[in-house]
Order: sequence, then structure tokens, then C-alpha cells
Amino acid sequence: MNVMVFAKTALKNLFSTPATKMYPQVPAQYPERTRGHVTIDIDTCIFCGICQRKCPTGAIKVDRPSKSWSIEPYGCVQCANCVECCPKKCLGMGTAYTTPGGEKKVETHVQPPKPEQPAAPASAASAPSQAASSAAAPAAESTEYTMVEVDMAQCILCGLCGKKCPVDVITVDRTAKTWSINRDECILCENCISACPKKCMTMQKSAAQPAGTDTRTKAVPEAAPKASAAPAPAAAPADEAKGDSKPDAETP
Amino acid sequence: MSTRSVVPFGPQHPVLPEPIHLDLVLEDETVVEAIPSIGFIHRGLEKLVEQRDFQDYVYVAERICGICSFMHGMGYCESVEHIMDIEVPDRAKYLRTIWCEFSRLHSHLLWLGLLADAFGFESLFMHSWRLREKILDMFEISTGGRLIFSVNKVGGVRKDMDSDMLHQFETTLVDMEKDMRELTKTFLNDYSVKTRLKGIGILSKQEAFDLGAAGPFMRASGIALDNRKLGYAAYGNLDFEPIISNECDCYARCYVRTQELFQSVDLIRQAIAKIPAGEISAPVKGFPKGEYFMRVEQPRGEGLYYVKGNGTKFLDRVRVRTPTFANLPAMLKTLKGAQLADVPILILTIDPCISCTER
Amino acid sequence: MTEQAIKNISASELVTEVLHLKHENWRLMQIHATKLKADEPSYEISYSFVKEYELYNLRIVVTPETEIMSISDIYEPAFIYENEITALFDLNIKMISLDYHGNLYRLNNKTPFK
Repeated sequence: MNVMVFAKTALKNLFSTPATKMYPQVPAQYPERTRGHVTIDIDTCIFCGICQRKCPTGAIKVDRPSKSWSIEPYGCVQCANCVECCPKKCLGMGTAYTTPGGEKKVETHVQPPKPEQPAAPASAASAPSQAASSAAAPAAESTEYTMVEVDMAQCILCGLCGKKCPVDVITVDRTAKTWSINRDECILCENCISACPKKCMTMQKSAAQPAGTDTRTKAVPEAAPKASAAPAPAAAPADEAKGDSKPDAETP
Repeated sequence: MSTRSVVPFGPQHPVLPEPIHLDLVLEDETVVEAIPSIGFIHRGLEKLVEQRDFQDYVYVAERICGICSFMHGMGYCESVEHIMDIEVPDRAKYLRTIWCEFSRLHSHLLWLGLLADAFGFESLFMHSWRLREKILDMFEISTGGRLIFSVNKVGGVRKDMDSDMLHQFETTLVDMEKDMRELTKTFLNDYSVKTRLKGIGILSKQEAFDLGAAGPFMRASGIALDNRKLGYAAYGNLDFEPIISNECDCYARCYVRTQELFQSVDLIRQAIAKIPAGEISAPVKGFPKGEYFMRVEQPRGEGLYYVKGNGTKFLDRVRVRTPTFANLPAMLKTLKGAQLADVPILILTIDPCISCTER
Repeated sequence: MTEQAIKNISASELVTEVLHLKHENWRLMQIHATKLKADEPSYEISYSFVKEYELYNLRIVVTPETEIMSISDIYEPAFIYENEITALFDLNIKMISLDYHGNLYRLNNKTPFK
């Protein structure tokens, strides 16, 4: 009889609590994988800007010179792309959704200056950066720069570093056996370093601000097989490469 | 000679999940002609592909529509994977199939609720959507989002469902199936529902074929085509047949969708039993160069994803042809000769997803 | 990349080819246009047909001035795809059965994909 189809459910509903919750008086219980809002551990952030590039809506803005990372919570679509591609894994996804508000807002996080810089004045808020202008030059002598370096003896010219580079500053030429990097555009995200299969790339400290394009050449010994570079012939170009000789160092 | 009047239908209407405008030309209460006018949700997403990395475009593709969102992401990813010859691991294929079938379940339950609301049976609408909440909870537990999952990526999936979670879902499905039988009994046997649905909006088999209808709309007119038989994702290993009905009216379309609910539950059970262990994604190297036409079976019908790459990280063209776009001419045909009071039901029986249509 | 059945034809052969397909019981699936990156603006229009589960495509390459015949009298649902192409790409498709003259989408910037 058709009247009795929903009878069981109707009786059950009559004597049980409603299926809905009194949100927001009763706080919501989210499962652990819920993508609610983006959180950041600002002390670990290196301001490489990959999250800004990957964000499909452009909600994230990263400012390297002032060491600030900001997000528009209402522009964020909670896709978690930034969380996945952060090289330092400092971004996370919190489970609570952003509370609704009347106006759009921007959340900014600024990294406090690191206290253990040797001989750096305590108020040196202008951090070393690729884009630092010459106005920061007086402070530059006491702060250190970092830059990407490669050990050409180990390098097999596979080109993975170039492929993984989010800003396309690394060029590897297999025929000419060169590896070159445009230091003006390098954002120090260290993606290349983690991509290198031979682990021959490192971040090295540099007293002067890195600039211009650096090229390293892999020396191939006459009789030795291509894969293993003999230490003796390769040591000579490696030594000269590690020196401070920069082909065209342009001070900005 | 009766007078003709033009009544605008939409863009806002209680039965429409998304805005579409129709100009109905009426003679007394009978619709003589209907002229559609779309464009309220055109966001130019196909043009956006020129400015988004092809891997980031997955997030844009799945936001074309909220109801069929997983299939959009999956269709796009499968198309790019075919161009780049990426072999997706088997576990990822099964996971995608399971999420697809859950998507179909939630979409059909949503539609059943809207249909009930369209003829005024509001408590049935609430029951359908109450059931649908259980599926949305399962989505939130497994992927992190209720409607937009962000779980597809080129090369596989991002999140895994371990055997505990799958087992928990299977148990929930057992309870849900009982509730669904109760629900579909009302939809198919209730006297008032039958009066509103039987004999309305007849679209014969030949007309459905000529007008290019797709999905349950077409299968209710007797054409047995279901794109899941093409064997993408893990469908090649699952056992099912397209559900058809030969009655060609609104009741038949309701019947096909209710039976597809149970077919989806069965497919999920089969997939959970057969899912292999392994990786959930394959590495992606290089950029897509070439083109591919990928067809998937969305809840509303046959969707086509055409991707053309030129070897850089920005694609040349992404074309998404959604089933509602194909069903529009067929819907206009069913509207001719209908009564004005039946127009909302007829529009709803194609399961209109206008944000898919207009991207 | 798996091979897809695509036949390149000229714009004048379009109607004959489509009539052949109609007689062999193919259904029209979709029509779309892509802008080709070339010095002069040129577009390729692809017509997709399905029969059972098989997919077959026809492709023509046109310039903005080429006169393309509409196939909406052979395949009725073609009118909606052709109107979309004229609205977004501003191509010259003649004799569409229900012609919106470029107003299918209500847009502020006309022909955005051009």
C-alpha cells in the first residue's frame, strides 16, 4: 500500500533528533582531510614565490624584499595546490572554513628577522635578495648571499634541474656540455637541488650579490668514458669555475 | 485563430539549478515554440587555458560545474594523459572509478530531489537530499571537499583511500541502498507523481537519434549507448549494461535515473572488491604535444574533452562539450506542444547543468 | 599518442562529406573551432561524429573571410554549435537554421576568442 512506504522513516524521524546541526552555535566537526583554509609556518618560508605562480586564482602574493607572504582568504578556492608545491613544506591546510565576513580582507604574514646573522645589525630588516637595490649596498657587506652551484665533475647534463625550475633560469646544453644559470632571475627555491639525480647541486654562500649569467662547462677527458669524469682533468675547470670570476657581473 | 503570446521563462526560476532563459511562444496554454538564450554563466574558461600551466588547469576544469566536477577534472586529465602517453597506475584508475560512481549517485539524487520539488512534493525533495548528504560526507572524508574534490591530477590521483575507509563506505552504502529503495518506490509508484510524469514530453527513438540527445535522456527513448562501455578508467574491468526504457516520456527518464542509482552502487561494490594495491600516480615529464578527443559518461550524458597541446606548458585549446549542450535541441523539440504547467518538468528532465553548457 | 580518426578536407567539400556520413547513420556529436597560431589569422573547425562507440572527425581550415556552409539542415543540432562559433570566433557560417547573429552568449566584449 503506497501510503505506508515512508511510514518507518517518518516514525523514526518523529522520535529522533534533527539531522542538521545548530551551526554556528555548535562548532562544526570536520574530517581530517577537509581543505578549509591555508596556513603557513612563516619562519620556514624562503619566499621563492612558487605558491604565487601555482595559485589558480592569484590569491597569494609573495614579496621577497620585505619577506612578507599574504593571501586573500576569500579569493582562495582551497585547492591545496600551493601546499603540494611548496619546496619547504611550510604551507598547510587547516580544516575550518574561513568565517564569512562583510568585506574582503588580506592576511599578511611577515617573517621576523633572524637573530643569528653574524655581524648583522639587529635592525637589518632589509634582507639580502636578488632584487636588492644599491641603496642596500652599505648593509650588503655584512650579510651573506646564497646561490646555486653545481659540481660539474658529478653532473651528467641530464637537464632535470632545468625542467624543474619554475622560472626557467637554468639551461643545460648536452652537445656543448654546458650548464648555465641566470642569477638575476633565480628565486632560490632549491627545486633544482632536490631534482638533481646525482645530488651534485648545492646552495653556496657568496660574499657578493650574485648577478648575471654563469656558465659552467663540463670537461671531457680525451680517453675517459663520458659518464665518469676523471678527477685530474676535471679538477682544473672545476677549480676555475668555483672561483669568483664572473663573466659579466653587472651590479644592478 | 488563437492569439500568441510570448512568456519569458528564466533566468531565475525555482526549478532551475542554474540560469537559462527561454522565450516560450504560447497559444492559450500550449507551447508552440521555444527559443533559448544562454550566456548567464559564460566565464570563458576555455580561453583561460592559455594562461594557466596545463597541470594547474585541472583546478579550473573541475570548477566548470559543481555537480559534475569530478568528471570534468578526470576527463581533462585522461585527455592530457593520452597525449603524453602516461600510463596511469591501476589503483589510481580504480579510485577514479569509485569517485566517478559516487559522483553519479550524488548527481542523480540531487536531480531526483529537484524533480520532486518541481512538482511540489517537497518532503520527497528533502528525503533525497538527506540521502545525498551521506555521500557528501563520504566525499569530505576521502578527498577533503564536499563538491569540488581537487583530487585529480595529470598522472593519477592525489589522495588515497585505504581499505578501512573503503570498508566504511561499503557499510554506509548498504544502509543507503535500503533508503534509496524506499525513495525510488515513491518516485515510481506514487499516484500523484505518475500523473505528472507519465505521457509528458514524448521524444521518439528516431527523434532522439537525429537530435543528438545524450545520456539518460537518450536511453529513456530506447537507444542503448553508455560511454562507460568505452572502457576508460577501470570500467573495462567492471560488469554492467546500459539501462534503457522504451517509453520515451518523463516517467521513463525518471525510471532510468533511479535504476542507474542502483547500478552505481553495484559498480562501486565491484570496484572496491577488485581494487589492486600500488601507486596512485605516475610522474609527468615534459609538455603535451598533440591532440586527443576523450569521451566520458557524465551523469547527464556523454561529455567530450578535446585537448590540443603544442609542446609548451600552456595548451593551445581545451574544448569541453557537455551533455546538456547536446540535449538542448532535443529539449526544445519536447517543449513543442507541451502545456505551460509542464514546462518546468520538461526542462528538468534533461538534467540541465547550464554552467557546464556555457563554461 | 593513440591515433584518432581525423579527415582533413576543404571547406567546399564539407557538405558532401557530411551528407555521406548522414546516410551512413552517423550522429553529430560536436563542432568546435581552434585558433591556429600562424602569421595570418586562420582557424580549424572540427566536426565530430559518432556511430555506436566509434568517433570520426572532419576538419577544415578557414580564414575569417571563408564562407562556410552550415550543416544545420542536415543535422539539426548543429545550429547551436555553429552559433557558438560565430559568437566566439566571428567566423562566417552561412544559412544556419536558427541564426542568432552572434548573440548566443550575452557578452560585453564580443568575439572574445578571436
